[in-house]
Amino acid sequence: MKRREPLTDTQLLMSITIGIFVVMYGAAMIFMGGGFLRVQQFFDILNDNSALIIISCALSIVMIGGGINISVGGVIGLTVMACALYLNGTGVQSGFGSIAITLLISLGIGLVFGVCQGFLISYLEIQPFIVTLAGMFLARGLTTILSINPVKVTHEAFLGVSKTKVLIPWLGYTAQNGNLIPAKIEIGAIIAILVVILVAIMLRKAKIGRHIYALGGNQQSSLMLGINVKKTRFMSYVISGLLSGLAGFVFLLHKPAGNASVAMRGEMDAIASSIIGGTLLTGGVGNVIGTFFGTLILATIQKIIGLSPLNESWWQEMASGAMLALFILLQSVVLSSRGKQKKLSGLMKIAKE
Amino acid sequence: MAERKKNGGKASSLSQLIIPLMALGILVLFNLFRDPGFFSIGISVNNSGNTVLTGNLISVIDSASELAIIAMGMTLVTAATGGQDISVGAVGAITGSIFVMVLQGEAGITGWTVALGFLAGCLVTMLFTGFNGTLVSVFKIQPMIATLILYSCGRSIAYWITGSATPQINGPIISAIGMTIPGIPIPTPIFLVLLVGLLLFLLFRFSNISLYTQSVGINQGASRLNGINPVAIKLISFLVLGVCVAVAGIISACRLGQVSHKTILSDIEMDAILAVAIGGNNLGGGKFRMSGSILGAYIIQMLTTTLYAMSVAPSNVKAYKAIVIIIIVVAGSPVIKAKVTGFWNKMKNGNLKAASRGVN
Repeated sequence: MKRREPLTDTQLLMSITIGIFVVMYGAAMIFMGGGFLRVQQFFDILNDNSALIIISCALSIVMIGGGINISVGGVIGLTVMACALYLNGTGVQSGFGSIAITLLISLGIGLVFGVCQGFLISYLEIQPFIVTLAGMFLARGLTTILSINPVKVTHEAFLGVSKTKVLIPWLGYTAQNGNLIPAKIEIGAIIAILVVILVAIMLRKAKIGRHIYALGGNQQSSLMLGINVKKTRFMSYVISGLLSGLAGFVFLLHKPAGNASVAMRGEMDAIASSIIGGTLLTGGVGNVIGTFFGTLILATIQKIIGLSPLNESWWQEMASGAMLALFILLQSVVLSSRGKQKKLSGLMKIAKE
Repeated sequence: MAERKKNGGKASSLSQLIIPLMALGILVLFNLFRDPGFFSIGISVNNSGNTVLTGNLISVIDSASELAIIAMGMTLVTAATGGQDISVGAVGAITGSIFVMVLQGEAGITGWTVALGFLAGCLVTMLFTGFNGTLVSVFKIQPMIATLILYSCGRSIAYWITGSATPQINGPIISAIGMTIPGIPIPTPIFLVLLVGLLLFLLFRFSNISLYTQSVGINQGASRLNGINPVAIKLISFLVLGVCVAVAGIISACRLGQVSHKTILSDIEMDAILAVAIGGNNLGGGKFRMSGSILGAYIIQMLTTTLYAMSVAPSNVKAYKAIVIIIIVVAGSPVIKAKVTGFWNKMKNGNLKAASRGVN
């Protein structure tokens, strides 16, 4: 017989997020109808936000460990620009060799940023906000040093991969002229979903994942438990750097053009997604599945406003701000009431004894 | 947590100013060797016929004004809450919009309407930072997350207030605030920095706010048990920041003669946090030294102006800035400090031993 454990904070916050997403999407289906009734709408949201999903995972890992990384958007921008320049500069126009090299370049840039930032933060004990802020400045500056003008990818094989979509006929819909239009999902979105699953498994099952939770929960006790705190923190930044590099590759797949303003403010969107998904900036609480739904919530709001008569960017921003405020207050109220309950039940126990 | 608090205690002495002062000194020396003309100050007549001082040095001190004023408020918030307000740029845009709307609603721009605009801007700004402060103090939300709300939608609110992209304001009083007062060759924003600094100095001198803020930042629970209300202290720090942001927003609006909700005070939140950190203050809260943050603001502006003078493209400045920032924070990092002190002590002991050997 397995006794049912009470919900942890992580699970509670995550289920609230998923619940709100389902309610919101359902409401959109009922009131907006049209596109929202098709599966393709959901896939479009995934396709457009695959890079954001990956950097939100990167941010969640660091935030669970009690840190912050605001260089992710900058790293995407740099990666996209570097890869676009490489693809246009290389002589080979076909074959998958150059695409593999592109992937290596993006992972390499992410790794370099992750290692440098992780070293400065965990071994030299510099405040993570400042280090990653400098990382963001560096990445943005390097992007414009590489090229101030937008660079459009002309590499044929890469464009081919970029246009490749996985067709799922049974989720499609019948168009007005009677043709069946299958649901399309991009490779980038599949990569993003794989990343979410892998990171979720890593955080739940792998040693490093458990160590990151312990580190974020209480640094002193994890030190006492014999966890290598510095190495764990270092690794969390390395992983998030690698993921931001991968996000850059995925971004380039979705929009094959480099530009100085690629993923501008991406870090803040990623932080917002993580928070909505139930990750606490104080560390120790969070789950990438929640983060995934957090990203979807933000993206769905933007889609809904984009389709409504209020389709101006400032309405979108205000709506996401209001949504963020709602979630933050909800989390605060839920957590503090739980804290009171715990205290009360503790007192009751003492009183009984 | 415990580790952070320990560092907060350590960073208290005057020695926290050594690294920023050294950084400023190196920047000055670098410019002196590169081009001694960098420091030349000239006198010229500007468009409106006023005699003004010109030169890189004046431009550094002038254009760092908004940053210095916001950095002062940010220091207080950092010390009280152990977090930073990242919405200052967006809230400053709201201040600018309110200021412009009040001025455009009146018949002409006179001293009274400007004062009215300032008061209205100040009140609205304090309302917004008060909202942030309430989230942080009453609802116990991390400052960075609480202010993320206004960071993401503040500029949209500014646009919603003005209803147009770039409302213009101009007039002799506006240019007197944003540039120079006729007859005085020094730019007015410099005086406003001094005024805000003086007011904060008097506030700290004649009230216990500074002490209370530091104690709340170091240990909230202990301060509460000693009769300090942490909620009120955190709220006050955000309201003071609100006044600072309002002044900075109005300076920026007057300087440019227009309020563009997208670009006014853009990215100033990051620079202000950097100024606080470069000034040797601990971003985890606790003890603070406001002069450090002000110094940090001028270092950042000096660096930017130096890079411009070396004809680095404006969009590339960020990369070089990042490298210098990393060097400064690495030099100020606790690990490096401990290593240097250890090395210094060893040298001293070694010398002593050598000296005593010599005597023997």
